[in-house]
Amino acid sequence: MKKFKRFIAITLIFVMTLSMIACTSPTAEEPEQPEEPAEETPATEAPEPEVKEGKVLNIWGWNNEFQGLFNNYFEGKGLVPEGVEVKFTIVPNKDNAYQNALDEALLNQEKAPDDEKIDLFLVEADYALKYVDTDYTLDIIKDVGLTADDISGQYKYTQEIVTDSKGAIKGTSWQATPGLFAYRRSIAKDVLGTDDPEAVQEALSTWDKFYEVAEKAHAKGYKMLSGFDDSYRTFSNNVSAPWVDENNTIIIDDNIYKWIEQTKAFTDNGYNNKTSLWDDQWAADQGPAGKVFGFFYSTWGINFTLLGNALETPLPEGVSATGDPEAYRAATEGNGIFGDYAVCYGPQNYYWGGSWLCAAAGSDNIELVREIMKTMTCDKETLTTITKDTQDFTNNIEAMEALAADDSFASAFLGGQNHIKLFLGSAKGIDMSNISPYDQGMNEEIQTAFRDYFNGTVDYDTALNNFYTAVIEKYPELKRPE
Amino acid sequence: MNTSKNKKYKSISYAKWGYIFLIPFFTIYILTNFIPLISTIYYSFFENYMSGLKQIGPNFVAFENYKSILFDSDLPKYAYNTLYIWLLGFIPQITISMLLAIWFTNIRLNLKFTSFFKTVIYMPNLIMAAAFAMLFWALFSDIGPINNLMVSLGLEPYRFLAEIKGTRGLVALMNFLMWFGNTTILLMAGIMGIDSSIFEAAQIDGASSWQTFWHVTLPSIKPILVYVLLTSLIGGIQMFDVPQILTDGSGGPDRTSMTMIMFLNKHLFSKNYGMAGAICVILLIVTAILSFTIYNNITEKDTYTKSKELKMKGGKNEK
Repeated sequence: MKKFKRFIAITLIFVMTLSMIACTSPTAEEPEQPEEPAEETPATEAPEPEVKEGKVLNIWGWNNEFQGLFNNYFEGKGLVPEGVEVKFTIVPNKDNAYQNALDEALLNQEKAPDDEKIDLFLVEADYALKYVDTDYTLDIIKDVGLTADDISGQYKYTQEIVTDSKGAIKGTSWQATPGLFAYRRSIAKDVLGTDDPEAVQEALSTWDKFYEVAEKAHAKGYKMLSGFDDSYRTFSNNVSAPWVDENNTIIIDDNIYKWIEQTKAFTDNGYNNKTSLWDDQWAADQGPAGKVFGFFYSTWGINFTLLGNALETPLPEGVSATGDPEAYRAATEGNGIFGDYAVCYGPQNYYWGGSWLCAAAGSDNIELVREIMKTMTCDKETLTTITKDTQDFTNNIEAMEALAADDSFASAFLGGQNHIKLFLGSAKGIDMSNISPYDQGMNEEIQTAFRDYFNGTVDYDTALNNFYTAVIEKYPELKRPE
Repeated sequence: MNTSKNKKYKSISYAKWGYIFLIPFFTIYILTNFIPLISTIYYSFFENYMSGLKQIGPNFVAFENYKSILFDSDLPKYAYNTLYIWLLGFIPQITISMLLAIWFTNIRLNLKFTSFFKTVIYMPNLIMAAAFAMLFWALFSDIGPINNLMVSLGLEPYRFLAEIKGTRGLVALMNFLMWFGNTTILLMAGIMGIDSSIFEAAQIDGASSWQTFWHVTLPSIKPILVYVLLTSLIGGIQMFDVPQILTDGSGGPDRTSMTMIMFLNKHLFSKNYGMAGAICVILLIVTAILSFTIYNNITEKDTYTKSKELKMKGGKNEK
């Protein structure tokens, strides 16, 4: 018995230590420095020491994309003042989980001790309005202290989306997220006889033509799209009214109906592979074994998700195109279908995603928050470096125009295409005037509900009914249309 | 009054220690169980939810929540789903457990390594249900190992999680795998509690093994059977983690694997405390009725022992 007690005690100690280690490791991430850009960024006017900074900077997000950028381009540059600890809290986005966690923290903001108050949090376009139109976010000009000049280089739409009903800008972003159609060069050659982006664009410029190409691809044994939701954003971003009207009634736009109609036809004809976004078959379809013509993807999707899925063996940790070009080439050349993708506009202009930084009311690190916003979202040098390093499309029109005109800038992943040029064209058409605070729930639930319809499990009316049920469960204040 | 005072002095009462030792339990019970229970019932009469970051309510709405749950929502459908999936798992579970329990306890069969088998069949119950569901989700995905195996055997691939039968079947299979070991052990305990002389007497009387089972084993383990049935039913009503993880919270194709607790979770997740409270109260009532049944069944002596007792009494009196 004594031995048993000792065993239990040791096990418990082990388990407790393990959980402590496991809990502290994310903050103890090593600040990796990919490369030193020649010039220092102007944001190095060191934060005034006389202002008292909170000891802990709390940043909330739903993935580690910003964390990576922050580590490389802010913390890695030594811009975090001595004695301030940066703490990231990451909650997955799916099923409103991030929003729910964030809501709870924001509602507790006043009562929380200074070091636990949220200072900076990220929001997505699908629910940005929910936070922007409240007192939980700060005006980035009046309260945080950015100047109109600072943000003048950004895309206007990235500011409009986070402008509240009184006209105050409540957030700022380092990226713009125009969408394109990424297609497989080898499959395009087989189906259309050419892989030239302009010729392919010509062949896909309207939905009717897109349908024709799908037919041809099908005849050759390919699938035009991977799953049901691939083309969703091209329709949902071109709606004529928000999801919910002023009486809290749900409105399904004609464009959403078009998506349902088209996807059902594609599914019944065998033009897609019956996958859903983010599932494993969908990811596999983008890889070497995939037989799918192309994918609708926006900026981050092409250079993070698609690239990752296209490789046979994942990139080694810390290898980037600009950090170590030799290692990057060695790691990617002949790896999977790296270089086989190219991009074109596709049949319809759209955007997808995007992350905004919001300053939380009650933050005790306003100075630092301002510096982060300034460096990460307004500073042309930093944004240019980010684009060069990650191929992402950043939120500075001048910088992006310069790169689009730069013939030496090309994406090896896209077979030497300058994708920034296309993004630039697509970004002009972004219109976010019809977003609502409910978009995430609506988008997820309509995709889930109609998956059954596309699969043939239920009829159309049942799927529609399931959609209303699920959405009203999520947002009890909403009503079905009469 | 006087006499009771006198009595107090005469004897030392240890009863108060009993009460003192019960205090910790009752304090914890009241704080963590009873108060939340009462407040759940209380809040089920209110409209109380979050709209974005704004709190709506609490506004007193009397039985509105109950009305909309019982008449406007799909609760009957989810109750049917729950019952359906539970039965789909429970029928094979009780059959196989009974068979195994009889084999393991049969003296004539005298199986070897029974303790090894008992351990093995109990194993799945030790895995966390969520992890188990995750495992099945990966195994049975459209390009998972099971489908690969089926294709290489020349069969058509089957999209388990896109089909109603597939999803419900998988949930039932998991519940079966997780609980049949536990049930086997309970039934074995029941069978081993039967006096072996009864079996011997049946043998001498020339009863076949089927007759022995039907007329000796089954009536003797009836209380255990009832206990197994009802605990499993209550567990079935509370079925949540397996279908939740397997269907990613969506309740499977056409919400056909949405159980009642998953429905409750949907409301809790959107912070709709009024509606969630009402569902809880309805479930509480259903479970309470079942619990009373189980209690009565266990305490009430079955006819067999009753008649035995009567005979024994009679015998005593005769003497």
